[in-house]
Amino acid sequence: MAVAEDAPPGVRPHLPGEAGIWVFILGDMLIFASLFIVFVYYRGQDVALYADAQRTLNQHYGALNTFLMLTSSWCVALALNAARAQRNYSSRRFFMLGMLCGVGFVGVKFFEYREKIRAGFTLTTNDFYMYYYMLTGLHLMHVLLGLGVLAYLRQVAHAAPLSVQNFTALESGASFWHMVDMLWIVLFALLYLLR
Amino acid sequence: MRSLFSLRVTLVWIFLMLATALSWGFGHGLGFGSHYRYATVAVVIIAFIKVRFVFLDFMELRTAPLPLRLTFETWTVFVSGALIVLYWQGA
Repeated sequence: MAVAEDAPPGVRPHLPGEAGIWVFILGDMLIFASLFIVFVYYRGQDVALYADAQRTLNQHYGALNTFLMLTSSWCVALALNAARAQRNYSSRRFFMLGMLCGVGFVGVKFFEYREKIRAGFTLTTNDFYMYYYMLTGLHLMHVLLGLGVLAYLRQVAHAAPLSVQNFTALESGASFWHMVDMLWIVLFALLYLLR
Repeated sequence: MRSLFSLRVTLVWIFLMLATALSWGFGHGLGFGSHYRYATVAVVIIAFIKVRFVFLDFMELRTAPLPLRLTFETWTVFVSGALIVLYWQGA
């Protein structure tokens, strides 16, 4: 695959952002990994209940949110790219587009939750819905935190010229947002597509 | 605009969008007929291929120090493997 090649030889390794952000990201990923494993294990104990409950989800919301998260992550990657070229205006514009996609994600989630609650599917309906609300709710908290981070990064991108400290902040924040995107990729597969 | 679409992150984004559409199809029975267990395994594998691209290209781990990259690669292999095994046992 053309996009799967490794770093060209001679490129010096570079740690994006602060070392601390990677500790935080890895901690978060371990927590989510445990939750993914617990969910699939308990699904295996009562496949019929989980499959029936899953059929009541609106799959279009899940797919739309995946497209929004991927596009948001792409915009943030472009924002970082523009910042490295000292194209601050372009960088801020991409951060804003990334935020708009993130806000779109929150909006879709709001409509999805509202539809489910109105139809009588709540946290206590059954085990599937307990995990559904717990996993998507925890992820939504990360999205909201991430939107705050992106707003901050957009402010950082005002500095001209951008300093080493500015780049550390931009790379740290962007890495966090990409992790939020990555978690949704797995959640979409587990909650909406497992059969 | 032209330079935007020649960027690696843009190629990765296009790949991720197409992979999402493909996994959506597999999740709805595309190509696997009644063999839904294989379709689900394909969905999980595609999800973690996407995850790996996010790690390597969006989070820039492709050019990060090797121990950090290996930590994320290990997470990807371990979590995807555990989920597939648990799913297969339960299905």
